[in-house]
Amino acid sequence: MPDPILTLTDVSLAFKGIKAINALSFTVERGEICALIGPNGAGKSSLLNILNGVYRADSGEVVFEGERFTRIRPLQAARRGIGRTFQHAALFGKLSVLDNVLAGLTRHSRTTLVEHAFGVFRDASETADFRDRAEAILAFLDLSAHRDAIVSTLSYGVQKRVDLARALVGRPTLLLLDEPMAGMNQDEKRAMSAFIADARAEFGTTIVLIEHDIGVIMDLSDHVVVLDYGRKVGDGTPEAIRTDPAVIAAYLGTPH
Amino acid sequence: MPPASASMMPAPAFLRRVIVPILPARAVMLALLVATALAVPAIASDYWLNAILIPFLIMTLAGLGLNLTMGYAGQASLGTGAFMAAGAYATYNLLLRVPELPLPVSLVLGGLIAGMVGLVVGLPSLRIKGFYLVATTLAAQFLIEWVLNQYPWFSNYASSSTISAPRLAIAGYDLSRPGGRYLLTLGTVVLVTAVAWRLVRSQTGRIWMAVRDMDTAAAVIGIPVVQAKLKAFFVGATVCGIAGALWAFAYLGTVDARSFDLDRSFQVMFVIIIGGMGSLAGSFIGAAFIVLLPILLSHVAGIAFGGAIDGGQLQNLQHILFGGLIVWLLIHEPDGLSALASRLWRRLAARA
Repeated sequence: MPDPILTLTDVSLAFKGIKAINALSFTVERGEICALIGPNGAGKSSLLNILNGVYRADSGEVVFEGERFTRIRPLQAARRGIGRTFQHAALFGKLSVLDNVLAGLTRHSRTTLVEHAFGVFRDASETADFRDRAEAILAFLDLSAHRDAIVSTLSYGVQKRVDLARALVGRPTLLLLDEPMAGMNQDEKRAMSAFIADARAEFGTTIVLIEHDIGVIMDLSDHVVVLDYGRKVGDGTPEAIRTDPAVIAAYLGTPH
Repeated sequence: MPPASASMMPAPAFLRRVIVPILPARAVMLALLVATALAVPAIASDYWLNAILIPFLIMTLAGLGLNLTMGYAGQASLGTGAFMAAGAYATYNLLLRVPELPLPVSLVLGGLIAGMVGLVVGLPSLRIKGFYLVATTLAAQFLIEWVLNQYPWFSNYASSSTISAPRLAIAGYDLSRPGGRYLLTLGTVVLVTAVAWRLVRSQTGRIWMAVRDMDTAAAVIGIPVVQAKLKAFFVGATVCGIAGALWAFAYLGTVDARSFDLDRSFQVMFVIIIGGMGSLAGSFIGAAFIVLLPILLSHVAGIAFGGAIDGGQLQNLQHILFGGLIVWLLIHEPDGLSALASRLWRRLAARA
């Protein structure tokens, strides 16, 4: 029984007349891991930016959880349950790992400035609750040992994991991962893949990710969408994509 | 031997295992500082209170305010003088026109009015940042000075917008003497520091620092960036407003709008740059540096070269030395004296 969480219909986006995304349509089912692949400049990151409100599509329709979203801003997207990690981690550099993760809980915060300033009413209970949730995610992603480290002092691979923790702690229903394994070695990639698969299994999060490593994608994803010059050139299961001539052409540049 | 329980521990072990961990060195130092601070009026001369301790504490308070806006939330501001002026004139008018209000209430309300001014001054931060934001806060600085001079109602029609301290008293206890003004200032600084300490460790403080470190990512992970910036301006300006009121009534006694000019804004900014941005302790250390070092230099210079060099020349030399020290310091420790202090502290702790 198909249960789409996200449906894109004829979405287009242009920068100064250059089409970054051209009449793109596809559907993401609830609970699946969907990989977006394609050469550099194919429009993958632009697409993620549309999905969480950083860019606004010029035309077309995006339906998330049965609701059409127009004029959505990043903050509203986050509040509706769309989480996101960044290609270059984009962490809060001077804060500890724990504080970075706690910042990811902001959309669940119900306390006010006055409660924070004087430590009254719900402040103590929310602080304790947030702390528990953050510790749970740190343990889940094997980050507890780094809890108090300032993130800018950590290795790149660990920073990517902190970025994932910061997004996951808010329990998004849809999680967008922008190259979660970029710049990692094979061991780190394998570990990261396992964390992503575990996150889906544990929290039921639907995941849309961008990745270049075809091996990783074949193992990890249920569904692959292939982009080239802003157009969709393939859409299906990893097995179907592997043998699709249009995909091979886009990736290997075979004349056809 | 029966199994040992806490109550049966020999005294030294009890001290080491139970008392020492709950009384970390910092808490002991803090207690000592508080005790000293309270004992000061009994020991210190009026000169010490008036010329050194009171201005040091008020500059600390203003530094704390700016540190919340700029050091924690990353919103650069040269509006400090304006916020201090707003706080001073608002408190003055509250004391004058609503004399039923107790002094602490007027002080807090005056601060909150300055906070409102801060909120308006902070509006451009929603669209611009960095040096451009500094330029817009500069406008507030000039506008406030102009408004206070233009509308004599604010200074109760005194000539050249001068306002003078009304009688300072809390619950009938007179605070007009230097000792009383010192305790009023000290009490305010302690309370505001406690609130600021809570705030920067709360979700509000965390959000401020997130916006400072990476504002684009902050919005995407669900942080209300607009709200965070405006709150930072509001809270920071409120604290600066209280500092302004104390500057007017607990320190100088009589002020006009020029006491809160651009120089004052720069001075407070130097306090936090030298002391350490994003560090509450930095506001104290920076204020000590800015207020105490010139006095120290002038005493040392007076003793060393008293008769040899003429007074004006000596003062110039002090300024050069002071400037040189700031440059040296910032090259060696761009994160300010508080970073230097915590490094020394860690080194000492490691050795112990």
